[in-house]
Amino acid sequence: MDKFTSFSGIAAPMMRINIDTDQIIPGRFLVRTTEDGLGAGLFFNLAHKEDGTPDPEFILNREPYNKAQVLLADRNFGCGSSREAAPRALRQRGFHAVIAPSFSGIFYNNCFRNGLLPVQLPEAAVRELVAGAERNPHGVVAVDIEKHTVIGQQGTIYHFELPPRLRLMLVEGRDEIDATLTYKDEIEAFRQRDRMLRPWAYETGPVR
Amino acid sequence: MTQPRTFFEKVWSQHVITDLGDNSYLLQVDRLVLHELSGSVTLREALESGRRPACPGQIFTIIDHVLSTRPGRGINEGRNATASELIQFTRKTALEMGTHFFDVDDRRQGIGHVISPELGIALPGLTHVSGDSHTATVGGIGALAWGIGSSEGIHILATQTIQEVKPKTMRVRFEGELPQGTSAKDMILHLIGEIGANGGIGYAVEFGGAVVRDMSVEGRLTLCNMTIEFSGKYGFVPPDETTIDYLKGREYSPKGAAWDEAVAFWRALPTDPGATFDKELIIDCSNLEPQVTWGTSPQQVLPIGAAMPDPASFADAGARASATRALEYHGLRAGTPFSEIPIDVAYVGACTNARLSDLRKAAAILKGRRVAAGVLAICVPGSTQVKKDAEAEGLDRIFIEAGFEWHESGCAMCGNGGAERLKGLRVISTTNRNFEGRQGPGTKTHLASPETVAASALAGRIADHRKVSH
Repeated sequence: MDKFTSFSGIAAPMMRINIDTDQIIPGRFLVRTTEDGLGAGLFFNLAHKEDGTPDPEFILNREPYNKAQVLLADRNFGCGSSREAAPRALRQRGFHAVIAPSFSGIFYNNCFRNGLLPVQLPEAAVRELVAGAERNPHGVVAVDIEKHTVIGQQGTIYHFELPPRLRLMLVEGRDEIDATLTYKDEIEAFRQRDRMLRPWAYETGPVR
Repeated sequence: MTQPRTFFEKVWSQHVITDLGDNSYLLQVDRLVLHELSGSVTLREALESGRRPACPGQIFTIIDHVLSTRPGRGINEGRNATASELIQFTRKTALEMGTHFFDVDDRRQGIGHVISPELGIALPGLTHVSGDSHTATVGGIGALAWGIGSSEGIHILATQTIQEVKPKTMRVRFEGELPQGTSAKDMILHLIGEIGANGGIGYAVEFGGAVVRDMSVEGRLTLCNMTIEFSGKYGFVPPDETTIDYLKGREYSPKGAAWDEAVAFWRALPTDPGATFDKELIIDCSNLEPQVTWGTSPQQVLPIGAAMPDPASFADAGARASATRALEYHGLRAGTPFSEIPIDVAYVGACTNARLSDLRKAAAILKGRRVAAGVLAICVPGSTQVKKDAEAEGLDRIFIEAGFEWHESGCAMCGNGGAERLKGLRVISTTNRNFEGRQGPGTKTHLASPETVAASALAGRIADHRKVSH
């Protein structure tokens, strides 16, 4: 998995509330046998005209936002389905972070397992970054995961919080399964105890 | 005297293997349901990274998302060639890994969230997860159930545990007397309109109050189904005697002495009197009307008698912009009443409203009538068992004679399964998502109850089912 502690890049504003996972990547792109190429489906319906040709008006089809590494969005970004294709498509298209006032929970969790950083900032801070991007589209936003900071186009510093366990997945590329397996003994002891108390939780009959 | 606890607190603490710090916990997962769309990603990546199931008996692999619902479908028949590959890969891998597996032609086949309670796979007090955001549906029988990503799926497959941040708690109490002609779908749509599509972020949501207490399990499943539509990951109704009656004798429900033990355990799970929630909301249902969505977010919802809103009427700038865009997408103007909106398609299906009671409600309106000329009407039962039960009582005849297509069970046209057929069309739908493009490119979805969908199919426009004699 990608690991990174800091990066800086152009920020593209897409300030709409409730950008759902069907907008991020429509369902038809999920029926596939490889996760490569998901980037081509990113915001497909928004990025294309009805005849399937790219819509030059769509922000990510415009210079310099087509090279953006940070997406600025409004509240409840990533609402809807659990499709991991959503953060994967963003990552495959070069995004390292999404900055928004709030994220839907399943999307938020999925980001960390796919090298994408969801940064939750107060709405006013997101609006300042948007204003910065509109004033100076080539202006750079710098993100530091270790320091928990975003530095805006004008040099303003914003602090954000991140669950430490999820942060490690990004900065160390920590394998979550290996981390859990260090608790192997605790897991086994738990199950022995729990099975006595809730046998019906474990007994599901033969698999065939 | 022990501190009074909520249902959530009891179930959560029961499953804590260890405290990982910073409000994160390693939890025991009792049931993992894998399906051929997100589950095939889990299975493929598990194979690639050499992960094997820790507890294959606690994993159920099913086929529901991309299979064809054509009557008489073959066991490899997907909605397209790639879908067929996914079905075959999922079957082969599930069998090889030794998980439970219900094939396309198995009598137990169906939408995961429909069959999990129907078969007693989901039980009160279990942690139950699946790579599908609507997994909270099965919270309706008192499980703690939620949707996960495909990578979290690999973690669960390999360890039968999950690393999870503990959410805050919310209780929504539906009080008053539910008016005739309204149901769980109207209640949950109304709630989402009140609380907003982001209102549940970070919360586990308990549904309660007099209306929920008197509600059937199937209604509770509908209620919990749409928790994720206000971005609540977990939604549930703690178990009571209604739940216990429902689960008795189901295929995977405990039997004999184990049943008695389980029931005793379940009866201790409901929230203790005096337990507190981080947030509490009361919805008075006394004046509830059938609800229909007019936009592209489930929060854009109004009573059936209403007209399209003026975007300028929204105080919040985000909601205003969203309303403008939604009306444009829908090709609707402020001031147009629902009753003047013609529909192209009427759809009864999905994990929200395709159980037997839903089909009965729609059939009661359709009986002896015909859908309006030019309306494409489709019914996709939520499970093979629902289909069989419906056929046994003649509901299929009512649907077919009214002009509906009668399909095999599956997720079908909820998530793009009807893409080409529904392209650009306006659909009144019992599903749970009205997002742009959700049911097909340019497809305009209005969410409503099965009764409202049936009445609209007959009228050829969005219609108030209370005005059709039942």
